[in-house]
Amino acid sequence: MMYRLSEKHEKDLRPCCDGYADALLEMMKENDKVIHIDCDLMGCIDVGKVKAVFPDRVLNAGIAEANAIGVAAGMAATGMIPFVHSFGVFASRRAFDQAYLSAGYSRWPVHVIGSDPGVTAAFNGATHMPFEDAGLYLDIPNATVIDPCDYNEAFSLSRKLLNEKYVTYMRLIRRDHIQVYEDGSEFEIGKGILLKEGTDVTIIASGILVYNALVAAEKLEAMGISASLIDMHTWKPLDEDLLLKDVAKTGAVVTAENHQVSCGLGSAVANVLIRKLPVPQEFIGNQGRFGQCGPQADLEREYHMTADDIAAAALRAIDRKG
Amino acid sequence: MEETRSRELKLLAQKIRLETLKIIASRGNGHIGGSMSIADALAVLYGEVLNVDPKDPLKKDRDWCVLSKGHAGPAMYAALGLKGYFPIEEAYTLNDYRSHFPSHTDRSLTRGVDLTTGSLGQGISEAAGAALGNKMQGIKSYVYVFVGDGEADEGQVWEAAQFAAHYKLDHLIALIDENGRQLDGSCDEVMSHGRGIAAKFDAFGWNVIEVKDGNDVDEICDALLLAKKQEGPSAVILHTVKGKGVTYVEKTGAHSSKPSKEEWAEMLKEAKEKLAAMEGSL
Repeated sequence: MMYRLSEKHEKDLRPCCDGYADALLEMMKENDKVIHIDCDLMGCIDVGKVKAVFPDRVLNAGIAEANAIGVAAGMAATGMIPFVHSFGVFASRRAFDQAYLSAGYSRWPVHVIGSDPGVTAAFNGATHMPFEDAGLYLDIPNATVIDPCDYNEAFSLSRKLLNEKYVTYMRLIRRDHIQVYEDGSEFEIGKGILLKEGTDVTIIASGILVYNALVAAEKLEAMGISASLIDMHTWKPLDEDLLLKDVAKTGAVVTAENHQVSCGLGSAVANVLIRKLPVPQEFIGNQGRFGQCGPQADLEREYHMTADDIAAAALRAIDRKG
Repeated sequence: MEETRSRELKLLAQKIRLETLKIIASRGNGHIGGSMSIADALAVLYGEVLNVDPKDPLKKDRDWCVLSKGHAGPAMYAALGLKGYFPIEEAYTLNDYRSHFPSHTDRSLTRGVDLTTGSLGQGISEAAGAALGNKMQGIKSYVYVFVGDGEADEGQVWEAAQFAAHYKLDHLIALIDENGRQLDGSCDEVMSHGRGIAAKFDAFGWNVIEVKDGNDVDEICDALLLAKKQEGPSAVILHTVKGKGVTYVEKTGAHSSKPSKEEWAEMLKEAKEKLAAMEGSL
């Protein structure tokens, strides 16, 4: 696992979803079983360029997500390796029984891509804003669930999905995002990244909140507080070793997710800590509300996901250590 | 069809009926009605049509048989057991703790089951995927999928239907078990099919082949051979009788039955006698 943190943390000029599309193109070149099935949203994640090279292996299932996942399961049964994409809301809620039974319970490797996670759905608003998509997939016993934070992480992890034997779900940011990692960085499914080592509190973040957490850690540093920061791009299987090792040092945790806290990264972390190492934990993320329209920055403030929110949560967690 | 072959398939259908009853009897209750309505089609598939090898259940060029109406599992187990996939007695554990024979077909548990079904509507999508996956790999296998008429209430059936027609899946053949009844009553009462299931498949761009007596092995066989010659996916509409061949179930057309001990004895006796009579006439 080789990664390098980007020093500039500037807007990545590549759409994050290109991380997947570029990886898909490579995977298709290397493995003739790889296919992509879309639900009339190819144009949204730029797989058109892959279709131009492999017209027969980039398929449209139309606006029919349940069937798309069922078809993918049947194709996997013949030895094909299907990736299926729709917006996160439809790739999860709309087709969940198919993901659960036709893919998960049937033990077929179907790789589901849900784009526009949480507030990144922005102007598409409440109906298109998935805050529980990954949580649903967490409930499939053999599923792998990942939430990459930038182009490079999406690129590397997309390729790693090929090795997974059962159903997987990847949240895919589509629009503008901050580059967290340098090009060429490599990641492993199930291995979190300790981005910063501290002693007072462990911040565990994924997706767009990795960048916000980096900024929060700097703010805390300026206040004389030493924070660890883990990019927990894989929610399941959760990197318990890394989590427990770091929390043993800090004794306090903040989880930060662009998702409902009731069924996401925070609850997955709490599920481990409450049994093995109970410490004060604060939860950054959607606290049980529906989505809404607006610019992403406004929505990050609305759902208390900013760097300031994370830093304030860290102070609360430290305070509760007593 | 050749007379002898026809008689053999009828005999196989009756064996499937008897074994299905024995499998369900091991639990005491279950989906007798919808298992009996497809016994003849299963006999035609496993006795005549399918390219399968019980010794190599996953061979690449096999034909696939998918029970989208997964609750008819016992009939499938009867057919598979008689074909030699496993000793039939193993299936007399229907729904037991740790049994490999759940009432809904499960590919992870049962040898010879190609795809896991049970949540209605999902099997036909999976079957369409298998047909497309095979086609993309140049494998000439046919995928046969049983769909119930009650099951056709599910929207997913029609999502799969449009997909199969769009991708011209001529190696996908759906056998529609039009027995006219679903759990809460007749399909016409519970949820009618507009101008009919056949008309719906036709509108979705499928070849539609009606089988007047969907419990007649000769008619089924002819229809399947015709379906294999078509371009694009085919729906073979089997006009069947729910509970066919089992007087107790035929009378009620029940989806799920819980017969008494005496009723079980009567049903098994009837099936055995019918089988003996057929064997005698061979």
